[in-house]
Amino acid sequence: MAEIQIKNVAKTFGAYQALHDINLTIQDQEFMVLLGASGCGKTTLLRIVAGLETATTGEVWIGGRRIDHLPPKDRGIAMVFQNYAVFPHLTVFENIGFGLRMQKLPNDEVKRRVERTAELMHIEQLLKRYSGELSGGQRQRVAVARALAMEPDVILMDEPLSNLDALLRMEMRAELKGVLAESNTTAIYVTHDQVEAMSMADRISVMHQGKIVQAASPIEVYRNPAAEFVAGFIGNPPMNFLPATPSGNGKWTVGGQDMNGPVSSETLKFAIRPEDLRPSETGLKATAKVVEPLGAHLLVTCDVEGALFRAVLDSDMTVKPGDVLTLAPQTDRVRWFNPETTLAVA
Amino acid sequence: MTSVTTDVAAPDARKAGKFVYVTAVVLLCAWVLVPIYFLLINTLSSPDTVNSFPKPFWPEFDLGSLTFFAGFAGMLTALKNSILVAGMTMIMSIVIGAPAGYALSRFDFRGKELFRLLILLTRAFPLPLLALPLAVMFIQTGLDDTVFGLALVHTTLAIPFAVLITFSLFSGIPIELEEAAWTLGCTRLTAFTKVVLPLILPGITASAIFAFVISWNEVFAAAVLTIENRTLTAFLLQNLDTSPLHLKFAGGFILVVPALIFIFAVRKYLFAMWGIANR
Repeated sequence: MAEIQIKNVAKTFGAYQALHDINLTIQDQEFMVLLGASGCGKTTLLRIVAGLETATTGEVWIGGRRIDHLPPKDRGIAMVFQNYAVFPHLTVFENIGFGLRMQKLPNDEVKRRVERTAELMHIEQLLKRYSGELSGGQRQRVAVARALAMEPDVILMDEPLSNLDALLRMEMRAELKGVLAESNTTAIYVTHDQVEAMSMADRISVMHQGKIVQAASPIEVYRNPAAEFVAGFIGNPPMNFLPATPSGNGKWTVGGQDMNGPVSSETLKFAIRPEDLRPSETGLKATAKVVEPLGAHLLVTCDVEGALFRAVLDSDMTVKPGDVLTLAPQTDRVRWFNPETTLAVA
Repeated sequence: MTSVTTDVAAPDARKAGKFVYVTAVVLLCAWVLVPIYFLLINTLSSPDTVNSFPKPFWPEFDLGSLTFFAGFAGMLTALKNSILVAGMTMIMSIVIGAPAGYALSRFDFRGKELFRLLILLTRAFPLPLLALPLAVMFIQTGLDDTVFGLALVHTTLAIPFAVLITFSLFSGIPIELEEAAWTLGCTRLTAFTKVVLPLILPGITASAIFAFVISWNEVFAAAVLTIENRTLTAFLLQNLDTSPLHLKFAGGFILVVPALIFIFAVRKYLFAMWGIANR
């Protein structure tokens, strides 16, 4: 059992506050992704859990044991680094067995576990090589195997795939997900790549300016972003926003059209994902500016009353720049945000 | 038309540039190599040839001057002292310098930049100014005329280089390697001995050899602070003054050659000291 509890963790670097009062509980065997742009504090949070950084205030618990005062080696964690950190003076075998040797396990046990994890990561033919003789992808596999061989309660990964090329990244993504699901460890995975986050995570914590904005399942984060930041960060292309003026009783004027929405007298923002728009008889009047055929679909960048607006349409449609489209938003997918608090309005 | 003229002009400029470059390289090499060459010729020549002109292009391989030195009274003691002092300097400057280099590369602390500057400034302070107070202090503490006392002075001379070289070596090792070792069950100390040390050992060796050479070549402090226990440099300085020319050459030769060989062996790490990538 390795439930991770992060309680009121804050971190300041001099005058700069990197993390504000973070509270997060990660279930046993859960795959939690910390997602955010660079500088949002996600790596700092991971390093605090790892023990490579000390929190200014707050507590970290793993499996019911408070660990924030312990050195990394006593926390029951293993970590995979962005630049792999494969020891250049040791063979792949000795790299994977490094932690086991530190635990003073007998030779045959080390050999058994190294060979098993090497097989799991498909690097059993590389065991005699040095890191200088490996490709980036192979080094990545060694780094993961080294962490897995420890059979840790918790595995921490800091952008492990970001140094790989796109194709390899996709392959490793699926493989890593499978291997980790089998290993029964709790995982924290830091990335800035929303596709990685969406495809791998049990739960995503979206971070922004040292705070967790939303922690929820990938589909929840995608469908019901808790804040404007999440809506604009997740999804490619991101959500569209239009100013909405209330006309009373849950009626709204958006882009010159009447819409139904929440009952409120304040000005709100209307939001809709580009793929939730359909060409229709009635709807938003959008002037096409740029048309990008992407094969699977058509990405049209338009202008709705001066605001940038994107629509993902069927690739069979013929749209030319300058065309005026009438786009109807799928009513159950429309979301509303308060521009002052930037939070979602139910 | 313009494209044609530039096409013609460019190779000319490149040729001229190359000529300047080659000339500079040749001149610099000659600056260093010609004296060493004459040293070699004169060392391996008989006394008559040394005093004659012109010199032969090839040395005669007359080992007379060198054999004379081998049998010269006090010579072997001086050699032993030199090796002892240089060896101690080597060990002390690494033991003191390497932790400083590690601290500079791994930790942020107040006055770090000032510390780096001060390390360099110790080299700007002229030794002759220090010689008298040092001699007085050494006599008071009983360190005068001892191998250890001289090694202390040489260590202060070698430390700046030891710090700078090891700083650059440690900086070349990603901190993630150490962090990975910590997460894999190492303490700070075991991570250092199992990961960092094996990686920088060649560089540390080079830095140690460089400290050895600094001590080996140092003559001023050696001449001031020792009387009985002279090092080779001080010993030769004292005796060669009154020696015939061919012995001066031979003495110079025995001093220069070990230093040259050592420096040649560690040259790529000396580049590293100034931040030029060597890997």
